[in-house]
Amino acid sequence: MTTTQDSAVAVEMITVVIDGFEVSVPKGTLIIRAAEKLGIQIPRFCDHPLLDPVGACRQCLVDVEINGRAFPKPQASCTIPVEPNMIVKTQLTSPVADKAQKGVMELLLGNHPLDCPVCDKGGECPLQNQAMSNGRADARLDGYKRTFEKPINISSSVLLDRERCVLCARCTRFSAQIASDPFITLNERGALQQVGIYENDPFKSYFSGNTVQICPVGALTGASYRFRARPFDLVSTPSACEHCASGCDMRTDVRRGKTLRRLAGDDPSVNEEWNCDKGRWAFKYVTALDRLTHPLVRNSSGELVQASWPEALAAAAAGLKGKRAAVLTGGRVTTEDAYGYSKFARIALATNDIDYRARVTSDEERDFLAAYVAGSSTTYRDIDTADHVALIAFEPEEESPIVFLRLNKNFKKRGLKVSAVATKGSIAMDKLKADFIKVAPGAEASAVAGLALTAKSVILVGERASESAGLFSAVAALAAKTGAKIAYIPRRAGERGALEAGALGTVLPGGRPVVDAAARVDIAAAWGVDSLPATPGRTSSQIIDALASGDLDAVVVGGVDAHDLPHSHAVLDALKKSFVVSLEIAPSSVTAVADVVLPVAAITEKSGSFLNWEGRARAFDSAVADSHNRSDVRILSMLADALGNPISLGTVTSSAREFNQLGSWDGARVQFAPVAAGTAKSVSGNDALLSSWRRLLDMGTLQKGEDNLAGTRRPTVAVISTKRAESIGVTTGQQVRVSNAHGSITIPVLVEDIHEDAVWIPRNSFASQALVALDAVHGDVVTVVKA
Amino acid sequence: MTDFNESANIEKKISGQADINSVPFTEVEQPGPASLAQQAKGFWVTFSTMFKKNQTVQYPDVKAPTAPRFHGRHQLNRHPDGLEKCIGCELCAWACPADAIFVEGGNNTPENQLSPGERHGAVYQINYLRCIFCGLCVEACPTRALTMTNEYELADDKREKLIFEKEDLLAPLRQGMLAPPHPMYPGMTDTNYYNGDVKEAHPSQSESGQGVN
Ligand code: SF4
Ligand code: SF4
Ligand code: SF4
Ligand code: SF4
Ligand code: FES
Repeated sequence: MTTTQDSAVAVEMITVVIDGFEVSVPKGTLIIRAAEKLGIQIPRFCDHPLLDPVGACRQCLVDVEINGRAFPKPQASCTIPVEPNMIVKTQLTSPVADKAQKGVMELLLGNHPLDCPVCDKGGECPLQNQAMSNGRADARLDGYKRTFEKPINISSSVLLDRERCVLCARCTRFSAQIASDPFITLNERGALQQVGIYENDPFKSYFSGNTVQICPVGALTGASYRFRARPFDLVSTPSACEHCASGCDMRTDVRRGKTLRRLAGDDPSVNEEWNCDKGRWAFKYVTALDRLTHPLVRNSSGELVQASWPEALAAAAAGLKGKRAAVLTGGRVTTEDAYGYSKFARIALATNDIDYRARVTSDEERDFLAAYVAGSSTTYRDIDTADHVALIAFEPEEESPIVFLRLNKNFKKRGLKVSAVATKGSIAMDKLKADFIKVAPGAEASAVAGLALTAKSVILVGERASESAGLFSAVAALAAKTGAKIAYIPRRAGERGALEAGALGTVLPGGRPVVDAAARVDIAAAWGVDSLPATPGRTSSQIIDALASGDLDAVVVGGVDAHDLPHSHAVLDALKKSFVVSLEIAPSSVTAVADVVLPVAAITEKSGSFLNWEGRARAFDSAVADSHNRSDVRILSMLADALGNPISLGTVTSSAREFNQLGSWDGARVQFAPVAAGTAKSVSGNDALLSSWRRLLDMGTLQKGEDNLAGTRRPTVAVISTKRAESIGVTTGQQVRVSNAHGSITIPVLVEDIHEDAVWIPRNSFASQALVALDAVHGDVVTVVKA
Repeated sequence: MTDFNESANIEKKISGQADINSVPFTEVEQPGPASLAQQAKGFWVTFSTMFKKNQTVQYPDVKAPTAPRFHGRHQLNRHPDGLEKCIGCELCAWACPADAIFVEGGNNTPENQLSPGERHGAVYQINYLRCIFCGLCVEACPTRALTMTNEYELADDKREKLIFEKEDLLAPLRQGMLAPPHPMYPGMTDTNYYNGDVKEAHPSQSESGQGVN
């Protein structure tokens, strides 16, 4: 579609007459969309505003006349752009067009099974609706309809019923044009034409769910939603995705208090009309996990027992009162909850020891976040206008799928140049034809300096940059030198919001530096307290060390799994020594060492918002109305009351209001002290440098309970270079053992484009949980041998 | 919400508008006492009834038959081999003006085939506290699974007991029927079932392979 956002480019307008009404639309607009502008609905199946026109279904036939010369036959209005002096007559004014549309509908229904009663689309089906509005009242064809075997699985999550397909090619066009996963095509010809998969390439696309959503009939259906409900059973709530920082707009459909499906919402500036399969299908964890229903308190004999809320809050307050305590919040909290944790730490615990980063982190990252990310506003639109995008420690398809779709759109539409500084090539890099700058793990920083960017470029840097010393500094230097925009893209949905809410040791809400006295006074005044702690807080790893050494006594943990942190055994030992208050939806590794466990609401049960990587608020309402669970901020508020230092954030709304009123800081930001570029360790023989990241679909807690989705995970493999494969004598598919002093992982090998010194394994996939099994991070030395 | 003060205000307003003393009073002419002949005519109706047939039925000892198309309790019918006709399509629930029906569909699997084809009704409830016996659900049912019986004794002492589950509504197994789940009749498709080609259960459909005992 033509955009009118760039006012500098004058858009040529064309006036056409449709059904006797004049309408002016930008040049290039299709007739079907010009008609929409007038409120005239032309029936259609294959037409989709975000896909290239094909004219496959012929349902949108209209009469067209240009300069007084009429086309001899009705034309497909979804393929013809408007032209000056064009007169269009739709089914409303032209009996010929109306008859043509009815004829097409009759032919489409000729082979359609009419099994609406058993079809999941029934009740919200464009074919049902348009057969009623633009079809004949009775059928003239009799005889047999062609039949196919009823649904076949084209992946574990998507079912195809070929009898119902109207051959609109929306699914195949989406897969080829938007996701660049052309694993489905239209095979055969004539009545036997059908959507098919390739024998050797299953439909393993991270975006396959979108085909289910855009299929105009019930030919493609989701395995998880099969026969679960009719549209009139569902209560739909606009919501936001909690799975990653892309920030997809979503719709959650609930029947009788149970979430049955989620659909991609329509937000042109973020996810357009798409989302990824994780966001669409990974919602069963809310009910599949063994949810905590009551507060638990550890009794004198060391067992966790059920307690009432007043008892549990009193026990938590008693354990925290007067102690040196810190706060660890996971990256999944909503902005409102993060603000609650931030205020709780400063007022109730009188400390700046708070960190939301439950993962591998560095001090360099913390300073980079405070200096360059808090309050920044690089957006998807900047990707649309960029001349060059550099991917640094960031694998878009796995770590922020909608960013990948946006990059891919720009690559396909205008050949956007993409460069990636990475150890290993990836499917996304292939799709984007990215310039692959191959570096050894640990040596990324020096490679970044050489990137030829301009002031119109965008640097997308991922959270994994914290695993390579000097990488954030190199990014900052590159941006300063070239004027390119920086976009920091964390993996988890709550991280950006937690940063802005000040859930970090060196910043207060709105990016105000802790060390800045004026900033502290600003916040202290807003919070109605005399002063705020002035010492910058510890980072998550420092907090763990301090708990272990006895410099801290207690910790409030909100939704952190110890296995996401490096050296998880040491983390759990440190927590065991301390007084731990855990806010969780379900028992986790922390529950076992917690002294007080407070159950909180899962995402569908509460309202709130996330800030996506752009810093754009993604608000959502509770989808399940009658839950008894409360958001973290409410519980923290009660706990602060019990401690005698109220934070007065009784509701999510009050937290949001207070946080928004604070606004962002217009004074000086935290000073960023560059760190020297790191180098890769040298390795020889069977030793290799570890590189790893999390896949989109893996063993993540929030994907529990959804087996169909798990079936489309990418295979667990260890990736090594051709040279290494030769030297250890393996070929793709054979087993290798990746090991170090802590443990080993044995998985099949894939020989691919990767730095010769490196081995790549998925960080949290089935049989390959690198952090837990090897206790090793990016750049550590491991041994790779044939198993 | 109206609080007490407000409702008092409203009352004041109303009574102010319609002051009882200001209502106009018109005297209506009363008829005088009827003649003896007229009274005898009236009592004749009572008297003659004594010689008519008694209409009282000694319910519940005696139960009068209903009209053949009386709308009574629903029934979920079966195919001649015992498979359920209901496919869980929810069209009955959609049609119901009283929102009395709750249906959840389910997937037929080789281990759990309850009806012919892909889909069965996994949960089926009719709430007889809501049902108005209009029969629109029966009209909506595409498989003739849902019909109404003549049974009208639908009273109970608990609300829950008046929500009938699928087991309460399913028709009894008749001659030649096998209790589902069991596979479809060998060589037949769901279309054959709808066309009435299946007349009874086939021995191979039973678990023992021996057929109906
Ligand atoms: S499966 Fe659906 S989207 Fe794909 S061609 Fe058929 S009708 Fe169109
Ligand atoms: S891309 Fe991210 S935000 Fe969007 S649906 Fe997927 S996980 Fe959710
Ligand atoms: S008879 Fe009428 S009211 Fe009763 S369940 Fe059927 S449709 Fe609803
Ligand atoms: S009774 Fe009939 S209308 Fe109701 S769900 Fe079953 S098949 Fe559908
Ligand atoms: S909508 Fe125009 S041909 Fe399909």
